[in-house]
Amino acid sequence: MRYITPRKAAMGLGSAHSGTADHWFLTVSSCALVLLVPAFLLVIGNAIGLPHPELVAYFGRPYPALITALFIVVGMVHFIKGTRIMIDDYFQHTARKVAIIVSVVFSWAVIAAAVFALAKMTLVTVAI
Amino acid sequence: MADVNRGNRPLSPHMQVYRLPLAAITSIMTRITGHALVAGILLLVWWLVAAVSGPRAFAAADWVVRSWIGFIVLTGSAWALWFHTLAGIRHLFYDAGQLLRIEEAERASWAIIIGSVVLTLLSLILFFFA
Repeated sequence: MRYITPRKAAMGLGSAHSGTADHWFLTVSSCALVLLVPAFLLVIGNAIGLPHPELVAYFGRPYPALITALFIVVGMVHFIKGTRIMIDDYFQHTARKVAIIVSVVFSWAVIAAAVFALAKMTLVTVAI
Repeated sequence: MADVNRGNRPLSPHMQVYRLPLAAITSIMTRITGHALVAGILLLVWWLVAAVSGPRAFAAADWVVRSWIGFIVLTGSAWALWFHTLAGIRHLFYDAGQLLRIEEAERASWAIIIGSVVLTLLSLILFFFA
């Protein structure tokens, strides 16, 4: 007989060792993204085709900037968790570690680039 | 072991002759569309960064976004986004214990396929005519 509770026996199981937290994060972020997807498509649809100064002014406004920032931040962290599931399914050993690192580094670089661009457009618009 | 049913058990699928059910195809498409969205997000973030980098950088990115390459990437991304969104909603139903019977999963698969195409066409119509 093992002196171990069922909870302790189940903890850390699964290839990612943190499955419940990842699953719950994907659930929460997917609910947010259901609302953000149509809003983001409308924002981008209105932006494509604008001349350069109008485009900068457009993303300097709160609604387009916030929707775009939220979509890209929540979307890319959702992407990190999603790729992690794929990586855990298809890659082993060193390849798995490298793939996870590439996915996380790439996603945060995309987030940083987008947030920087939006912040700068907001500041430029405020300056005008 | 004597009472084990050895004659009438379901067999695991033989992968070379097994035709994937529609629910399995839409399931793997969820993963493929989710990862393929990288192309659209990279194009849009490049375009946003170019807009704050200067007129020449913006002209280049804006040309790509508004070219036929941009049209294909962004229309494909819009479809992938709608597909992934609808399939994600189905996963929320799955997690709640719903739509798990074969006929229901089959119907939900058709709803995702048809819904994603309709919503993409609606997005294009709104973009070009509204």
